[in-house]
Amino acid sequence: MTEAFSIKKYLRDLKLPFCPGCGAFTVMNAFLRAVHELGYEDLSSFVFCSGIGCSSWIPSPYFLADSIHTLHGRSIPVATGVKLMRPDLNVVVFGGDGDIAGIGLSHFVHAARRNLDILVIMVNNMVYGMTGGQVAPTTPLKAKTTTTPYGCFEYPLDAVKLAVVAGANYAARWTTAHSNELKEAIKKALRLKGFRFVEVVSQCPTAFGRRIGFKSAAEMIKWFRENSTTLEQAKKFSEEDLTTKIIIGEFIERHRPTLTENIYAAIKEAQKIGQN
Amino acid sequence: MGIVKSGVYFWQGNEACAEAAIVVGCRFFAGYPITPASEIAEHLAWRLPQVGGIAIQMEDEIASIGAVIGASWAGAKAMTATSGPGFSLMQESIGYAFMTETPCVIVNVQRAGPSTGQATKCAQGDVMQSRWGTHGDYSAIVLSPNSVQEMFTLTIRAFNLAEKYRTPVVLLSDEVVAHMREKVVVPPIETLEMVNRKKPKPGDKAFFGLEEVPPMPAVGEGFNVAVTGSTHDEYGIRFTADPLVHRRLVERLNGKIQNHADEIVDVECCNIEGCDVGIVAFGCTSRAVYDVVEEAKANGITVGYVRLKTLWPFPDEIVRKLAEAAGKIIVPEMNLRQVYYEVKRAAGDVAKVVPFNKIGGGELITPEELLKKILEVVRGRD
Repeated sequence: MTEAFSIKKYLRDLKLPFCPGCGAFTVMNAFLRAVHELGYEDLSSFVFCSGIGCSSWIPSPYFLADSIHTLHGRSIPVATGVKLMRPDLNVVVFGGDGDIAGIGLSHFVHAARRNLDILVIMVNNMVYGMTGGQVAPTTPLKAKTTTTPYGCFEYPLDAVKLAVVAGANYAARWTTAHSNELKEAIKKALRLKGFRFVEVVSQCPTAFGRRIGFKSAAEMIKWFRENSTTLEQAKKFSEEDLTTKIIIGEFIERHRPTLTENIYAAIKEAQKIGQN
Repeated sequence: MGIVKSGVYFWQGNEACAEAAIVVGCRFFAGYPITPASEIAEHLAWRLPQVGGIAIQMEDEIASIGAVIGASWAGAKAMTATSGPGFSLMQESIGYAFMTETPCVIVNVQRAGPSTGQATKCAQGDVMQSRWGTHGDYSAIVLSPNSVQEMFTLTIRAFNLAEKYRTPVVLLSDEVVAHMREKVVVPPIETLEMVNRKKPKPGDKAFFGLEEVPPMPAVGEGFNVAVTGSTHDEYGIRFTADPLVHRRLVERLNGKIQNHADEIVDVECCNIEGCDVGIVAFGCTSRAVYDVVEEAKANGITVGYVRLKTLWPFPDEIVRKLAEAAGKIIVPEMNLRQVYYEVKRAAGDVAKVVPFNKIGGGELITPEELLKKILEVVRGRD
């Protein structure tokens, strides 16, 4: 890692679509810095799958790489087909909280259960940003959105905890206020095998922040920093106090055999029969 | 065992479909259990790993076709199999496969719908869904087997058409054809036509245009392919507002099928030059027609028929030819009129088109019922 980081060599020469102050810039930067620091000169060993939503635009078509921009919520099934046929490639899924934890949630749970060898990066801005700021499965209780004008009456989903119980090999949460920790988590996740999940709590100043009283993206990032608590610190808080906190850190790291290892072992056995 | 050897087999329809997929080079299957298609998943779960392929049961049909699309972009010939309810769930992804020019095969073993309907009973109610099921402007290639032998040969053809035109192809079977057991002749494998997708040359960049069917790279081959279901230019870059880019893309996607309908259309014909009455039939229902031709002859009536081995694109010209010769056409089908309207559209101005429909309990249209209908139509009582 002697060469200075240049984000351009990993990107197509296209104008990025994100609003000023969007957290996607931070996520894109953290991911490509992680890739750089791990020594990848280009993205030729990667395949990116994403769905529909602003954060699905992080890899596609902007990364100079193979990318499959799938239907809303279906990035993980497509990634499953890619990874099983090409276990040698690094398959990375980018998606928003609506894409991964809303419409695509069952695929997320089952991919974690199978311990499918992919890295899923979920950019959680707590809202459906691209469609104008509707309530999401991650929206905090009482938050006002365009479809909860009197305040959200549902509880948000903790996708990291869900990944842990479903069987992921790695699960971590950081925020856009923790870009260095985020980059390190992505680096670690890229070195591990099996299902790896990194959630990034991120700001959508356009469709969410301004509706809940934040004047700028910077104010939202400050909010993330001040309301974040590590897993260790979180033990001191009551369950009620934690509803307004963002728990950050690594929730699990384990080394269960992965889906590709298990499936190719089964194929090896079957081929012995196949020769007869 | 490896790929099935040339010879004579006694197979179930679903088994013939699965063995044919292996023969033509399918090495990825993803599916979800559903009657009456599950035997395809079971057979491939057993057989695909023996030839180094992958078969996986996904969490639902949406995930199944998603995985198939991913595997196809990873370079594999890939397939899923389902029935009505699962086929409904797959519709959005079929549109995605069409838009992204992803070759894949979807087997729909029809059962009685709507909804859960009669899950174990035969029907032919998905003809229109297989043509118009996804949203937007698209064209479908849909094949219709009527025997276990054709579950074998048309599965191979489905893959060949998918690879040739870079598009999803539906094998629209039915419970009877899929579940019955018959003799299947597997010819020497080297005599079978096998089509593989056109691959790009080094330096190629246009994988979504310039040619009618552009070359298709796989991921991991260094082409930096950008795949998207949004409207895109020749290089895969999104253009979500430009009217010309959308027109150019969607008209080419439809054209590459419609302009080659002659090559895709496949029918079995009998007496279409001269007959007293015509029949247009497909799938399990068409099996009754063979008996009826002989029995009608005994009654002094010459029956001509067009048996649809491809439902879509619809073989307008040949149906019209039959209509001109016969003047009267009966369309027997196990639904409440679907192919009937197509025959009327293609030939309603030159022949009287008579529907003959039966649904429920998987009861087939019998040769006796069909003969009775023929006699009524010919003798002018219908």
